[in-house]
Amino acid sequence: MSNEIELIKDPGLPAHVHRRTDTDPKAAARAERQVAILFILSALGTLLLIGSYLFVPEDIFFFIPVMGNTNAHQLGLGLGMAIALFCIGAGLIHWAKTLMPDEEVVAQRHEFRSEDEDREDFVKTVKDGAAAAGLGRRPLIKRTLGAALGLSAISPVLLLGDLGPLPGNQLKMTSWKKGTRLVTDPGDRPLRPSDLEVGAVAQTLPEIAPGEHRSLNDIAKDAVLLIRLRPEEFNLDAERLSWTHEGIIAFSKICSHMGCAVALYEQTTKHLLCPCHQSTFDVTRAAKVIFGPAARPLPQLAITVDAEGYLVAQAPFNEPVGPSFWERSA
Amino acid sequence: MTARERIAGNVAGYVDDRTGAAKWMKKNLTKVFPDHWSFLLGEICLYSFVILLLSGTFLTFWFDPSMREVIYEGSYEPLQGLEMSAAYASTLDISFEVRGGLLMRQIHHWAALIFMVGIVVHLMRVYFTGAFRKPREFNWIIGVGLLTLGIVEGFLGYSLPDDLLSGTGIRIAEAIIQALPVVGSYLAFFAFGGAFPGVAFIPRIYTVHVLLLPGIFLALITVHLMLVWYQKHTQFPGPGRTEKNVVGYPLMPVYMAKAGGFFFIVFGVTAFLGAVASINPIWLYGPYTPGQVSAGSQPDWYMGWLDGLVRMAPPLETVTFGYTISWNILIPGLILPGIMFTALALYPFIESWATGDKREHHLLDRPRNAPTRTAIGAMALTFTLVSLINGGNDIIATTFDLTINQMMWFSRIAIIVLPPLAYVITKRLCLSLQRADRDLVLHGRETGRLVRMPNGEFTEIHEPISPEKAWLLTSHEQLAPLELPEYDGAGVRRPAAIKNKIRNRISRSMATAVPKATETERKELEGHH
Amino acid sequence: MKQLSRLRRHRAAGPVLLVFALFTIGTTFQVASAVDPEETTIAARSAAIEEGREIFLKGCSSCHGLNAEGGEIAPSLIGVGAASVDFQVATGRMPMADMSQQAMRKAPVYNAEEVNALAMYVASLAPGPKVPTEEMLNYERDGSVAEGGELFRTNCAMCHNFAAQGGALTQGKYAPTLMGVEPQHIYEAMITGPQAMPVFSDKTITPEEKLSIIKWIKSVEAEPQLGGAALGRVGPVTEGLLVWTLGIGLLIGVAVWLAMKAK
Repeated sequence: MSNEIELIKDPGLPAHVHRRTDTDPKAAARAERQVAILFILSALGTLLLIGSYLFVPEDIFFFIPVMGNTNAHQLGLGLGMAIALFCIGAGLIHWAKTLMPDEEVVAQRHEFRSEDEDREDFVKTVKDGAAAAGLGRRPLIKRTLGAALGLSAISPVLLLGDLGPLPGNQLKMTSWKKGTRLVTDPGDRPLRPSDLEVGAVAQTLPEIAPGEHRSLNDIAKDAVLLIRLRPEEFNLDAERLSWTHEGIIAFSKICSHMGCAVALYEQTTKHLLCPCHQSTFDVTRAAKVIFGPAARPLPQLAITVDAEGYLVAQAPFNEPVGPSFWERSA
Repeated sequence: MTARERIAGNVAGYVDDRTGAAKWMKKNLTKVFPDHWSFLLGEICLYSFVILLLSGTFLTFWFDPSMREVIYEGSYEPLQGLEMSAAYASTLDISFEVRGGLLMRQIHHWAALIFMVGIVVHLMRVYFTGAFRKPREFNWIIGVGLLTLGIVEGFLGYSLPDDLLSGTGIRIAEAIIQALPVVGSYLAFFAFGGAFPGVAFIPRIYTVHVLLLPGIFLALITVHLMLVWYQKHTQFPGPGRTEKNVVGYPLMPVYMAKAGGFFFIVFGVTAFLGAVASINPIWLYGPYTPGQVSAGSQPDWYMGWLDGLVRMAPPLETVTFGYTISWNILIPGLILPGIMFTALALYPFIESWATGDKREHHLLDRPRNAPTRTAIGAMALTFTLVSLINGGNDIIATTFDLTINQMMWFSRIAIIVLPPLAYVITKRLCLSLQRADRDLVLHGRETGRLVRMPNGEFTEIHEPISPEKAWLLTSHEQLAPLELPEYDGAGVRRPAAIKNKIRNRISRSMATAVPKATETERKELEGHH
Repeated sequence: MKQLSRLRRHRAAGPVLLVFALFTIGTTFQVASAVDPEETTIAARSAAIEEGREIFLKGCSSCHGLNAEGGEIAPSLIGVGAASVDFQVATGRMPMADMSQQAMRKAPVYNAEEVNALAMYVASLAPGPKVPTEEMLNYERDGSVAEGGELFRTNCAMCHNFAAQGGALTQGKYAPTLMGVEPQHIYEAMITGPQAMPVFSDKTITPEEKLSIIKWIKSVEAEPQLGGAALGRVGPVTEGLLVWTLGIGLLIGVAVWLAMKAK
């Protein structure tokens, strides 16, 4: 009994099986016709595209199941292009599969590794070249070259310095000050407490002077959501309670997680939901986070009414609004 | 010689006089490419890239990458008179005023999605067949680079129109930058030219999206393809196929026709999608303003898994000595993806370290014959799938009558429990398949025909399989596990003892296999039937 | 005397007397039964309120209490107004089929007259938001589509999605799609804040602005699919799904065909 295990052998490339188109000239002619038909279909597709572009008006809509009322011009252009391209491809592939030679060819791989002699020559060339450059013998050149190159790398980074201003205080300040009126967004109408019923919300922004223009940068920090509950529904400490007015409470609308607008108020549960990552805030407990990835409650804006009875801010926000950043302290 | 041949010869001579092209043209026109449908997946990416360049150039002729405020005066009634950025307004114009504009916008966006799908399925093919092994490690790293850059490029691309959905995405990106410790607020202000949203971001990402990244892509794709060309494509094992040859069809004419044809197919399918399926209907989203957001806001699918990870993150944030670190953003947004992509890029080296296999490989593995690798891949896919599903948890909840709270808790638990489960199940599956292969070789194919023996016993007739099939099922290599020494000859513990011990353990796991059938065993059995 | 007696015996006396009697009875009855118009409406109203009370006792009081005072299962209806009732009952949300998270729109149980009666009964309990009249709902004339879109995106899209297709809330609640909803019911929902939806008072969103919102919703509903099949108008999720099914499916299908040996 032999001790060597005999492995199954490679039987070699299987015998070539001829296609119908190789042996039967009628089949070959049929394949040729099929390829030709595909190319003609492609041409028709292009004609559809040209026709739609030049002649189909852009305001015709017609009904297609699944797609609904579809624009004819659009569909003609698109389908025309799709057919034109697809059929060229199908034709080429069918031609290759049925008519071009399909005998498998074998090519040899060559080892990538260079001959040892070549490797040694390479190493010698590099060594000679390096010796010729003389860096090894001339440390002064080496050191000063290093310093020059290293220093020159600083310039491009420095030249980008005016990409943006330093943040300064900007992340910590909003436009809200003591006495700023809350106005509706959109509409810019100041609000009285009686304008909100229990269970009502209002999207608000700080009032601006007539003629002034509000930028998106301002809205990104100033947006405030007003919610009216019954005063007895609040579960707040005395200080936060004093920031509300007759059951109306105001929060920054910019999510403390990653900055999306939080205005999804559920009247039944008194929860605010941010649609981006589903952070949920409890309005009765000063927007405390009860679900989701947000780590901090929404900043609360202290509000009261002014002499004319309109809702105003008592003071700026007591903390930065929006997402966290390194310099943000509790 | 016909007139045509004469002219062609003259042209060829003209070029060859100046470049010496005839020699390498002749060599390359007869280059052999193996034929398997899964080798075309990378081509889907390549052709999608070309489509992106073509359709993207078209769009740049009309797109205005500026955030200056304009009043819309185009033909789409529900937005007339509204203030919006010039970027948004010009995208509306492309959609409604330019003939073929909406089609091109849609083709461009569908091509981007197909590009990323192609990269993922191509990556899966390369991974599960072990095509990343020596000498193709560099190509693998380039591929992972293309994947990462593709995600960024796509995100920047759909953010250019400055609509409500993509603007929300930019807000989230800014929050990630801002959350970086020490430098976050500075980097954010540099990137945006000031506070969010500012007026600088869209013009800047336009340059990155249209010039910088496409340039890098072109360079990387060229190197990627040159390596495939020079190193020759891998091939599946089979009769006549060895580590030292390539069996297939020549470039001219077969491969040119097939691959060229496939380009038109990919372009045609993309155009078809652009014609019949609406994508990114920015006129419905409205222009971006930070005070608005839509329910069901998600990024495109290739970033959906990142969104899913962020959604399921626990609310961890620490404030120490007056400085805030948002772990709830950094871990899912940067640290986890960073670990994942690094591990992905280094995998060829990790595997060759674990198996001790430093040889060249040009024959692919059937996934079942590399159970540990396949199981690790299944594990990674499961992880990504759970996070991807969580990225759409609100839409899934409303569609299937679930709650977002249930989805969130499911995802948090599933992402820890399901991947190891997938590993175990996949490894077992691979070993079962190996056993089935072994049985097929030794006993032949079950024909379903029963025969009653003279002594009353029933047996099923097995048909022996063809020699080609037998070779296919047994030609793979089964590596022995490493047995690196922990102690040297004198009994002294080596400095690399722990590393060796770990390596031994891992390679033992990777060498788990059902021994393949041999001719000896077959001959022994033949006597019994 | 003789003249009167002769007249009495005239041939035409009978018919004339008959006509006269009929005429007298008819006009007397007319006058006697003709009530003051104010009194008619009051009478009709009180009839409706009474009918409403009957329906309420039969179909609603088991949850909402015999006097609509509410209880553990259902809230009080005192002060919710006719608008709330019209919204909840005419859209079929009430009576609520099962006590799940939220009332779903379904086929209404009561017809228009019954709904009206219920609304009047509940409105009679205490003042509340009224059902908007047709004059108040002329959104084609009084609304602006572009303004409506801006208002919708600021106030409504975070729950109902950018194209009013609906969205998820917490714990299984959801903001429903607004496609196919009557303008009257959209208006009533805004002013009454049903279930989880907050109230949008007339001072925060003016009646004209509410009409603009309705006009925009109707225009989105009627808008044809401008780029092709809309894929649900929910954004990238369905787009990604299509690419991973139809997109790559078609491409791999062609690839398999390409690499197959021809027969």
